Amino acid sequence: MPHPSTAQDSHAAPLRLADASDADAAAEEAEAGQARFDELIAEDSRIEPRDWMPADYRKSLARQISQHAHSEIIGMQPEGNWITRAPSLKRKAILMAKVQDEAGHGLYLYSAAETLGTARETFYDQLYTGRAKYSSIFNYPARTWADIGAIGWLVDGAAITNQVPLCRASYGPYGRAMVRVCKEESFHQRQGWEILHTLSHGTAEQHRMAQDAVDRFYGPALQMFGPPDTDSPNSQQSMAWNIKRFTNDELRQRFVDMIVPQAEALGLTLPDPELAWNEERGHYDFGELDWDEFFAVLKGQGPLSSQRLEHYRRARDEGAWVREAAAAYARRQAAAEPIGA
Amino acid sequence: MSFASHDSATRQSQGEAITAEEVAASGAVADEDAARYALILGDDALMLAQRLSAWISRAPELEEDVALGNIALDLLGHARFLLTYAGTAWHRTEDDLAYFRDEEEFRSCRLVEQENGDFGRTIARQLIVSIFQHEVYSRLVHSTDETLAAIADKALKEVAYHQDHAIQWTLRLGLGTEESARRLQAGLDELWASVEELFIDVDPIPRLASVAVAPSTLREPTMARLGEIIEQAGLRVPEVGGSFGADRSGRFSEHRGHILAEMQVLARRHPGATW
Ligand SMILES: [Fe+2]
Ligand SMILES: [Fe+2]
Repeated sequence: MPHPSTAQDSHAAPLRLADASDADAAAEEAEAGQARFDELIAEDSRIEPRDWMPADYRKSLARQISQHAHSEIIGMQPEGNWITRAPSLKRKAILMAKVQDEAGHGLYLYSAAETLGTARETFYDQLYTGRAKYSSIFNYPARTWADIGAIGWLVDGAAITNQVPLCRASYGPYGRAMVRVCKEESFHQRQGWEILHTLSHGTAEQHRMAQDAVDRFYGPALQMFGPPDTDSPNSQQSMAWNIKRFTNDELRQRFVDMIVPQAEALGLTLPDPELAWNEERGHYDFGELDWDEFFAVLKGQGPLSSQRLEHYRRARDEGAWVREAAAAYARRQAAAEPIGA
Repeated sequence: MSFASHDSATRQSQGEAITAEEVAASGAVADEDAARYALILGDDALMLAQRLSAWISRAPELEEDVALGNIALDLLGHARFLLTYAGTAWHRTEDDLAYFRDEEEFRSCRLVEQENGDFGRTIARQLIVSIFQHEVYSRLVHSTDETLAAIADKALKEVAYHQDHAIQWTLRLGLGTEESARRLQAGLDELWASVEELFIDVDPIPRLASVAVAPSTLREPTMARLGEIIEQAGLRVPEVGGSFGADRSGRFSEHRGHILAEMQVLARRHPGATW
């Protein structure tokens, strides 16, 4: 073979020599790849890791999936804050299982993101150095036990609303990860609702605790769908690629329509005086959210932004010697193994 | 559907879930001595679950957040059915026993109450406790107390996984780097004085010949197994005698009060409330 063999050359004509013809071949291949990609998107089929895909598609997905993974990981902190103090052993077990599920979600998602050609370590590093984003809601504190209920009901609830359509995302590994994740998220939401229901129907103090938690988490939960459509520049492209299926505002509306009757069943109110059924639209109207706060939190000014990141960094730092030891041990084991065994 | 049987793709333990509710529904009533024995086992499981759960979101690897979470969850499950069973003797629920007993009423050993320390120390504690518990439950399956035997049967499968996890990490750390070997050895050295308490036949165990597993009979097999693994990992079995006060009374532990203060704070602020 005239040049070092790569996957692309292996089926190329053996007599091709100059760089120019290599470039031509690459261009030709990109063109064919793009055509095939467009075709798959048009017929709403799946793109798989080995398929050709536009660089922007790859980059945008890697960002979205890794951000999603980071959110699962940072999201373990507010709820983890209550594991040791859960007020009954059964609730403790449910909470522990939930937080552990979130770690599992992080694992699937990092694995899905890795199929796009970036090593997991790189994603970890992006989070560690504060360059990566994650869902802003986790920068709010879980101060009371009722917050565990509100997080399950509203935060996992918003996550499901967002993620159910992602089960059909055009990128195969992402869609499949979402299917597994959604199953568990709906369980989490129901558990959160049950916590609030018990508190709401418990003592006067418990009821107050539940209402206070809902009052604090309602706004940030609605903001989990991202900025208003008029302010969300990347949404159109993501929809054209069949990653996103509904706009931020559509999903937010869907979520509000879902939680209003659930709040009534809980015996709790939602902190929005403008919330009202609109017969004409067949949806609930709701008031303007505090977008200044949203963008400030997004920029790192959340009440607990630095605490969350510091917690993550400390765990990585303190675990470094363990990871080194595991790697050294694995190398030694591999070296000791006879070839071909 | 019970919470424990929910379809989680991250759950790793092989043990089938047995729930406290099942123990309560079985109608079995523990006699006083069996109940006090169940508290010994249950309190060890509860305290260790409480300690291990603090690792979640702080583990060296995401996989370890999942693994330590699994182990903590299994132990909490064991605590729940053991305390539920114990409570049948006194008309008390698992939560009455977990949240409304005071320090001196718990029967946990000091080893499980020790602070997590670094990962090396946590693994040292896991190694000792999981090997000991495996010895206990593999014999308790033959207990003449049917409920304890059934609980042991379920717990055994899970504890086998805990043991496996601890042994794997003991080898990795012991044979990994100089630093990891040093840290694990330090963990073993620090904890070793608390090991002896595991093997004391505290009251009411001497009266429970066919019901309980006498811890004194487990000293030899537990130490032999521990010695074998520690040696395999290239480390030393510490030469430290057991510390005074090995009676599970809590009179000789400073940690127990802190663990309970944290664990019980919310429940005690709302006595009689439902959660
Ligand atoms: Fe999740
Ligand atoms: Fe969740």
